Amino acid sequence: MSEHETINITLKVWRQNGPEDSGRFETIPVADVDTHSSFLEMLDFLNEKLILEDKEPIEFDNDCREGICGTCGIMVNGIPHGHGKGMTVCQLHMREFDDGDTIVVEPFRARAYKVIQDLMVDRSPLEKIIQAGGYISVNTGGAPDGNAVPVAQEKSEEAMDAAACIGCGACVASCPNASAMLFVSAKVSQFALLPQGRAEANTRVLSMLQEMDACGFGNCTNHRVCEAACPKEVSITHIARFNREFLKASLFGRMPMGE
Amino acid sequence: MQTLDGKIPGGPLAEKWDRHKMDMKLINPANRRQFSVIVVGTGLAGAAASASLAEMGYNVKTFCIQDSPRRAHSIAAQGGINAAKNYANDGDSIWRLFVDTVKGGDFRAREANVYRLAQVSNNIIDQCVAQGVPFAREYGGLLANRSFGGAQVSRTFYARGQTGQQLLLGAYGALSRQIAAGQVQMFSRHEMMDLVVSGDRARGIIARNLVNGELEAHAADAVILATGGYSNVFYLSTNAISCNVSAIWQAYKKGAYFANPCFTQIHPTSLPHVSGHQTKLTLMSESLRNDGRVWVPKNAEDKRPANDISENERDYFLEEKYPSFGNLVPRDVASRNAKQQCDAGKGVGPTGRAVYLDFTQAIKRDGKAVIARKYGNLFDMYRNIIDDDPYETPMMIYPAAHFTMGGLWVDYNLMSNISGLFVLGEANFSDHGANRLGASALMQGLADGYFVIPYTLAGYLGDAGKSEIGEDQAAFKDSIQFAQSRIEKLLAINGKRTVEDIHRQLGRVMEDHVGLARDEAGLKTAIQRIQEIRAEFWENVKVAGPANRYRLNLQKAGRLIDFLDLGELMAIDALNRKESCGGHLRTEAESEEGEAIRDDENFCHVSAWGYQGEEAQPALFVEPLAFENVKLTQRSYK
Ligand SMILES: Cc1cc2nc3c(=O)[nH]c(=O)nc-3n(C[C@H](O)[C@H](O)[C@H](O)COP(=O)(O)OP(=O)(O)OC[C@H]3O[C@@H](n4cnc5c(N)ncnc54)[C@H](O)[C@@H]3O)c2cc1C
Ligand code: FES
Repeated sequence: MSEHETINITLKVWRQNGPEDSGRFETIPVADVDTHSSFLEMLDFLNEKLILEDKEPIEFDNDCREGICGTCGIMVNGIPHGHGKGMTVCQLHMREFDDGDTIVVEPFRARAYKVIQDLMVDRSPLEKIIQAGGYISVNTGGAPDGNAVPVAQEKSEEAMDAAACIGCGACVASCPNASAMLFVSAKVSQFALLPQGRAEANTRVLSMLQEMDACGFGNCTNHRVCEAACPKEVSITHIARFNREFLKASLFGRMPMGE
Repeated sequence: MQTLDGKIPGGPLAEKWDRHKMDMKLINPANRRQFSVIVVGTGLAGAAASASLAEMGYNVKTFCIQDSPRRAHSIAAQGGINAAKNYANDGDSIWRLFVDTVKGGDFRAREANVYRLAQVSNNIIDQCVAQGVPFAREYGGLLANRSFGGAQVSRTFYARGQTGQQLLLGAYGALSRQIAAGQVQMFSRHEMMDLVVSGDRARGIIARNLVNGELEAHAADAVILATGGYSNVFYLSTNAISCNVSAIWQAYKKGAYFANPCFTQIHPTSLPHVSGHQTKLTLMSESLRNDGRVWVPKNAEDKRPANDISENERDYFLEEKYPSFGNLVPRDVASRNAKQQCDAGKGVGPTGRAVYLDFTQAIKRDGKAVIARKYGNLFDMYRNIIDDDPYETPMMIYPAAHFTMGGLWVDYNLMSNISGLFVLGEANFSDHGANRLGASALMQGLADGYFVIPYTLAGYLGDAGKSEIGEDQAAFKDSIQFAQSRIEKLLAINGKRTVEDIHRQLGRVMEDHVGLARDEAGLKTAIQRIQEIRAEFWENVKVAGPANRYRLNLQKAGRLIDFLDLGELMAIDALNRKESCGGHLRTEAESEEGEAIRDDENFCHVSAWGYQGEEAQPALFVEPLAFENVKLTQRSYK
């Protein structure tokens, strides 16, 4: 592990007081940043200083700080979660930056996301999409034995690849159309691959797509930048599967299979 | 000392739960819609409970701090979930899971609860598979199992290193379906500020909308707290930043008993401290101990790089001391031994507070590809945080506060001593005794939420009926007033130290004196230090407002007030328990080999503390524990 170092950086950071405020960039120098600290720890460090100087701290969403909860999400130098490959911004470390760097920090931008405060946005439209059908409709109790239905290992692994989505919404922020297609397709694909999910496959794909449109997300026109932005490297092959599922569902109507 | 009644049903152990289910009242489906229930928390316990109760027809209001229920801290659990399926055909059974859990908890859990947990464990797996949880599978398409955290059978189900995420997304899906159906009203970005109690019954909560700061009153016929654990009292822990004790602490201040607060679990395989600005310790799944070998240099102060230290200069201290369990000894044993090595000057890494976890032998045996398939994501995580390659040089690990076995006292029905207040998941004290086995917390959260509360809540409401106390009544107004004045007071102090700074100070005291090893003098020092820190907080903290905006430091200030109070109670409890058991090691009760020595004569009980007012000492209540099915023995992992 490398030696401890400190660097001095300058932040150009977005400040906005609620959704009605128009917002602006503020330039703040930050001295003595420990290179072993994470990007968010650098912001904490700055916030402690701001608070002691009677200034308002910069608000940003975060929780687990280990790349799994999907709470954090900001644009660092124009890239969702920053330039680290396959990682969230809470996993980005300051050793990735050089002394003297200027770093631009902004909230995720998309029509469907309103800014709440500074770097925080309202991602609740993603919730609505899941509510529209991102589940298998089974009540608690009465499920058959876990081994009653074998699932081919490669299908199950692929379902897991899709299920790895953390719902951070970076795909939306990266997309020129602000589409949530990678997010939606990951859920559709996970359940399409599993026998348990087939019963509702048709209704699921149609309702989730409809809700995505209703929430103000754009359409997917195959820019493919979402895949690169995804901290969990969810593949666009799930969008291809989504398209096949959509076609099937459109042909066979909304009737769940098996009825 | 007053004793508490756990309301354990009669009959033979294996029949208690079924009999109890028969004896409890039911509420017919048409009548359920007359009842409203508040669920605070959307982790495995809260999401499972919300979804299940809503499916049954209750009107549910659910709250969480995060912007989405899917982000509760259960999402971070990596390793797996236990169940007594015996799919591996290696001798597992409900009975064995029960015995292992009672013994693992060092005989400080209730037998009847643990047995029920083992019983419903199998239903959990079935439920999750039906929800589409992509558990790992064998080539033939059946579910895969692994041995985890020292178990001698393979009973752990997993979804790569993301088991908690997948289980939570399953429960979140079920919850989302009920939100869409209008059966659950979801309040995200809301924090519970107070529990409203009147006439000895829980009537509802006060919640703060974290976006605009408004305080809201919510009444219901029953309140369920599923608000997780309080390891963040140590400041640095494996928990998420928002994890807190405040919800259950407010309930404690309203009369609910807090059981075994000092029972905390320090996990042996976290990443070590590397920076002064560090805010969290990342867990490396314990499954790593299946293939990694723990060692330190034989000579203290040997600062050479790991790969320069030859085989015979290494001390594989776990393998040496515990030949039959080796690197797979329980968490508390592994953690304590690691700390002892570091205290003896044999620690490695920049701070000397780490031991090696070495995969060289496993890579030689199985090949890099196999190891990468098993642990690839963990190795990547390590490389990213520590900036070192664990395929080439041994990992460094150190114990970190991870799980809290203590929590609000509940009876067999998971109801606290306040009528109508139920507590589920990590927030209650119930099933893990003095030490939790790996992969058993996820099991407990889902057991409580899916398979226990649906029955016991009906049993309660069937007897107690509706609450009939509305949000306009004095009890709610007083609570709003209380929450409001606390916020105003915080903002008015305007001192010179940040919340983080004071929390870090509390964390150090907790780690030094109320952590892995405890003694009378240290615990007394801790109590005094915490009182000083508390006084300092109220005089000198600086909290940024305004309160009508999203302000994380204001939220954290409120949580720190409660952590300060809790820290003191933990020390009081640890001081009172003059024995060692599970994760609680009193150095006065330690064998020459460094093993915990229980004192069953005097401490075979649950200690539950009752709040008596700001300045007063808390009152102690005990629930005696009877072991009728597993013989009380000293744990030995030799
Ligand atoms: C890194 C890590 C790895 C783990 N790995 C495993 C594992 O492999 N196997 C295993 O069995 N266990 C594991 N555990 C333990 C296990 O994950 C937890 O014990 C369990 O998930 C707790 O679930 P819960 O539902 O009780 O609480 P949580 O998931 O913590 O949920 C708490 C909920 O309460 C809400 N909340 C809290 N306070 C308030 C408040 N004041 N107002 C409103 N809402 C509030 C939160 O927003 C959240 O929704 C792990 C724990 C950690 C930290
Ligand atoms: S804070 Fe959880 S993913 Fe970044």
